[in-house]
Amino acid sequence: MSDSSTAADAIRERLVPFPQPHFLSAGDLNPFAAAQLLDLADAFVTLNRRSAKTLDLMRGRTVVNLFFENSTRTSSSFEIAAKRLGADVVTMPVQASSVAKGETLIDTAVTLNAMKPDVLVVRHGASGAADLLSQKVGCAVVNAGDGRHEHPTQALLDLLTLKRAFGEVGGLTVAICGDVAHSRVARSNVALLSMMGARVRLIGPPTLVPKDADRWGCEVFHDMREGLAGCDVVMMLRLQLERMEGAFVPSRREYFRFWGLDREKLAWAKPDAKVMHPGPMNRGVEIDSDVADDLSVSLIQDQVEMGVAARMAVLASLMERRA
Amino acid sequence: MSAFAIVNARLLDPASNYDGPGAVLVGDGRVTEVVRGGATQTPTGLEIIDAAGLCLSPGLIDIRVKTGEPGAEPKETLKSASLSAAAGGVTTIVVQPDTEPAIDDPATVEFVQARGAALELVTVLAAGAATQGCGGERMAELGLMQEAGALYFTDGDRVIRNTRTLQRVMTYAAGFNALVAARPAEPWLSEGAVATSGELASRLGLAGVSAIAERIQLERDLALVEQTGVRFLADQISTEGALEVLARARAKGLEVAASVSINHLCFNEVDIGDYRTFYRLDPPLRTESDRLAMIEAVRDGLIDVITSAHTPAPAEDKRRPFAEAAPGAVGLETLLPAALTLHHEHGLELLELLRPLTIGPAALLGLDSGALEAGAPADLILFDPAAPVVIDADRLRSKSKNSPFDGRRLQGKVLMTVAGGRIVHDAR
Repeated sequence: MSDSSTAADAIRERLVPFPQPHFLSAGDLNPFAAAQLLDLADAFVTLNRRSAKTLDLMRGRTVVNLFFENSTRTSSSFEIAAKRLGADVVTMPVQASSVAKGETLIDTAVTLNAMKPDVLVVRHGASGAADLLSQKVGCAVVNAGDGRHEHPTQALLDLLTLKRAFGEVGGLTVAICGDVAHSRVARSNVALLSMMGARVRLIGPPTLVPKDADRWGCEVFHDMREGLAGCDVVMMLRLQLERMEGAFVPSRREYFRFWGLDREKLAWAKPDAKVMHPGPMNRGVEIDSDVADDLSVSLIQDQVEMGVAARMAVLASLMERRA
Repeated sequence: MSAFAIVNARLLDPASNYDGPGAVLVGDGRVTEVVRGGATQTPTGLEIIDAAGLCLSPGLIDIRVKTGEPGAEPKETLKSASLSAAAGGVTTIVVQPDTEPAIDDPATVEFVQARGAALELVTVLAAGAATQGCGGERMAELGLMQEAGALYFTDGDRVIRNTRTLQRVMTYAAGFNALVAARPAEPWLSEGAVATSGELASRLGLAGVSAIAERIQLERDLALVEQTGVRFLADQISTEGALEVLARARAKGLEVAASVSINHLCFNEVDIGDYRTFYRLDPPLRTESDRLAMIEAVRDGLIDVITSAHTPAPAEDKRRPFAEAAPGAVGLETLLPAALTLHHEHGLELLELLRPLTIGPAALLGLDSGALEAGAPADLILFDPAAPVVIDADRLRSKSKNSPFDGRRLQGKVLMTVAGGRIVHDAR
């Protein structure tokens, strides 16, 4: 009882308004606001490890999870986060329809807006969809992934994971490896990690790393041995299976041979380097189970836990702004 | 005979630009010493081969050889191709990947090279397919094949029509610093064509393709090279227009090499006049001014590599009406005398002529052969550049006899071929 109230007090002390009305991209944060959010999220981690986890910060509020793309882990992470804050949650899987996506999206937005939700969490296959939605509704919009553009809460949870593992993110060298070209996780992480003072490298076959990615403020490598040298963190990206069969890379086995993270390649990074993956993993393609399941190097399970806390921090902070 | 010396020779080494008297000492499969100059002490303790003043040069390197192995062994096997190469003074062949199955994975690369090595004749290397099954759609395992020893990547005679596929292949290959080759032939213009369009083709009633089809496709390919930064070989250039495109790309600083087939240096479209299907080639034979432009391009170095474009086709594929016959010609065994016509008839120096047959391809592919120098593999040929020969296709060692040189009187005879320190052909 007293533990719970202590955790709740810590949360209330750290609660600050979100810097923007919506959370659409990592660029909506600034270093100061991000640090405050991490502090808040840290308190939620403590809360989440207690048996009584529910607060009333969002009592009476409605959160709608609007997922135009299938996602189990992200939608349940948001759902749990909102419920622990005391909100009413509706999760709506929306079948991707064959009609023009833009029109459907706006129609859906107008309909939902009439139901007066407080937060709309949206995932959509088209880049810019969350931004478009935010212009049409009166509530806060959280981007849970738009096409290959951004997935800002993933970057925030990755940042939280790193901060807890290393204490300080500034000065770390983080390698983001794999299908950078199609990855919203990569784009959000590049933005947020750079903002927080980490050095970011991108490693992947030239067909999967945009030619001008060096202008994102990252170093680009096509060779894992060169790219991983001196890295504190190796963040693997998921490779969509359909991109491997000769379109962007020739085969799974060639991808694994040159870019799949196994013990041998991990040894090229710093001795105590940590491994991350946003999930779901293609074991034996971009990451070897041997590495993924080794809790002494893998932060992958931590990332899932931090996901709930980071999203609680985002939702609570957005509500604080609207209070 | 593991150690011997070839003395009293006229050494021809394009790599060092040396044309003069000398001797070459061989031991354990490698050149142990190159002695330049006339009066030298005869080495002792070695078997001595007296060259009697004839030409000794690095063995020829032919980077575009089709065999039928695997898949079409009645046309040609690695053994018959190797025998043919040895007889022709070719000590390294690079087989093309458009076999059946295609050489599109590391296991097949290793298979071909191991089979070739087991023959103990000439060096057999492989080019890998750029796309799976040479199908032009899905990228092949370039990285794994390169690790297995594939020297460059190409779909052979098949053009990668899909520009996006080629762009991705080039982008990906650039990451491995791999060499990509493509034969420029704009596919829609080339479809069904068996001759170069013009007065002759129309008089003969043969479907023709304009020479611009080569230029158009080369422009496409080189634009992608410029964008992706890949190392590139413009394979089998045959027209004056394409040479202009190539020269412009070189002037811009693009890393692009070019090859020409021996056939396009020796024949022109008039040769198809009596519908002899041995002159049915891909690319088709061009005009005389194209041929002369190609010879000049060899002379001035715009062309880096001359190939035999060895393409075996058995009689059943060639004894057909011209348009229905299989394209291509065998060329390994006739490569040297055919190339020497450029010396005898067009005044190319022997070194100018040998460069794109030895150090040119060796430098392009990063081979340690192609030069007369201590430490290099003992791949050597002894030849008489003036000896008259009459080509008799029936006596070629290739399993297919489709030689356009059949019955031709040429000059130049390979007297001895040494590959890896072994004498693999001896006609002294």
